[in-house]
Amino acid sequence: MPSITYVHADGTRQVLDVPIGTSVMRGAILNNIDGIVAECGGEMMCATCHVYVEEPYLDRTPAQSDDEKAMLEFTASDRRPNSRLSCQLVVTAEMDGLVVHLPETQV
Amino acid sequence: MADPVVAIVGAGQAGFQTASSLRQEGFGGRIVLIGDEGALPYQRPPLSKSYLAGESGREELWLRPRAFYEKERIELRTGQRVIAIDRPGRRLRLDDGGEIACDHVVLATGARFRPLPVPGAELDGVLPLRTLADADSLRERLAGLGEVVVVGAGFIGLEFAAVARAAGVAVHIVEVTQQPMGRVVSAPISQFYTGAHRGSGTTISLGTGVARILGAAGKASAVETSDGRTLPANLVLVCIGVVPNAEIATEAGLAVDNGIVVDELLATGAAEISAIGDCANFPTRFAGGGRVRLESVQNGVDQARAVAARITGKPAPYDKVPWFWSDQGALKLQIAGLVAGHDASVVRGDPDSGSFSVFCFRDGRLIGVESVNRPADHIVARRLLAGDPQLTADEAADESFDLRAHASRRP
Repeated sequence: MPSITYVHADGTRQVLDVPIGTSVMRGAILNNIDGIVAECGGEMMCATCHVYVEEPYLDRTPAQSDDEKAMLEFTASDRRPNSRLSCQLVVTAEMDGLVVHLPETQV
Repeated sequence: MADPVVAIVGAGQAGFQTASSLRQEGFGGRIVLIGDEGALPYQRPPLSKSYLAGESGREELWLRPRAFYEKERIELRTGQRVIAIDRPGRRLRLDDGGEIACDHVVLATGARFRPLPVPGAELDGVLPLRTLADADSLRERLAGLGEVVVVGAGFIGLEFAAVARAAGVAVHIVEVTQQPMGRVVSAPISQFYTGAHRGSGTTISLGTGVARILGAAGKASAVETSDGRTLPANLVLVCIGVVPNAEIATEAGLAVDNGIVVDELLATGAAEISAIGDCANFPTRFAGGGRVRLESVQNGVDQARAVAARITGKPAPYDKVPWFWSDQGALKLQIAGLVAGHDASVVRGDPDSGSFSVFCFRDGRLIGVESVNRPADHIVARRLLAGDPQLTADEAADESFDLRAHASRRP
């Protein structure tokens, strides 16, 4: 199972095994990771599952849809070039080792 | 003095969020979250969308896993019903005879489906779609269905119709008004969706009521319409709206008028009793200074946060922009603001392209925007409506006018 590292805003790291086909957002929710709110449940309506993908892994994540790009305008913390909605990061074998940083706030 | 106790009546999205936000706000007292369904608190929107279609499973519905409630010291009581609020005694009475003493009550009781008041509505095969149990029952039956009649062309009925059509079921929708989703969307959006559903093979009869449901051996077999037609049906889905669960508030002497009446702080006439989400009737500038009761995730979640902030000593009037979404097949509808009562509307983009928005105005002021497969407009609209939009109808209709830049100029 691919291993995903969630780095909290205070620097603490949590490493999870997330099944292929499950989103980085759902992996966090099911494992009680604070810092991902996911108010809309993965419908790209709320931008409360915002993460920053650590640079070496950026090109292993799926391309952004227009919907995701639009929603990223609505994040509570700064949007950066490596900003993603974690509901759209469906885990693949290639994403093993992915590191995502959680923003200061989601709402 | 002992730590305060907050009892939350209703373990849907709003109830769950209240408990979660109380802890985030640093509330250290006891939190009891009481829900009358058996399951863990879950998301309702997928019940008429991906869950119904079999594209997602039960565990994806849970708002949080069971361990969350233990970690956050939230006393989750599922399968229990609050039958009365004892105001002088400051306690709740439960259906199993138990009582919960508490300092603050948050009523997040939600709403229940409105039954169809016609003969035959009690037959097997006449079903609502509101709860997880309803969705499970529909999901089980969906595959083997030949013909379905959907009564009511609101969000739920149309979302169900899209899923059923995609599964190869023949769908006939009967709607008593001339305008599907007419209570909450503009005429152009209603007409666009009516055309889209018809285009995918769904039959829609507008201006048509239901006289009775016919059956054989206790099972529904057809719907007799108000204009005398008989529509065969293996299943009749009833989605003609909901009734707010306000009885315990009424019995406790609280004001109830299309929901539990609250003030701008979401407090009832009794300051220690709040009401939020689908069951609450609240004042808002987004309804032209009037009152509304809204059924949406956004409303439940944002009101939960507001009440949690007030209970922890940070009261502020509730003033969030309402937003909604509805997935019907490949057409994602996103609404910002409340469009009911608009006196003018303009279309931005070309409806024939399947991607456009309708901007709705009242007295020259933007009050709501409905977007079909056009999320960027939706996001800009949420920004604009949070402040003073200062957008004219001409600007909205002009695709060369940069809405994003306009929104970033606004405070």
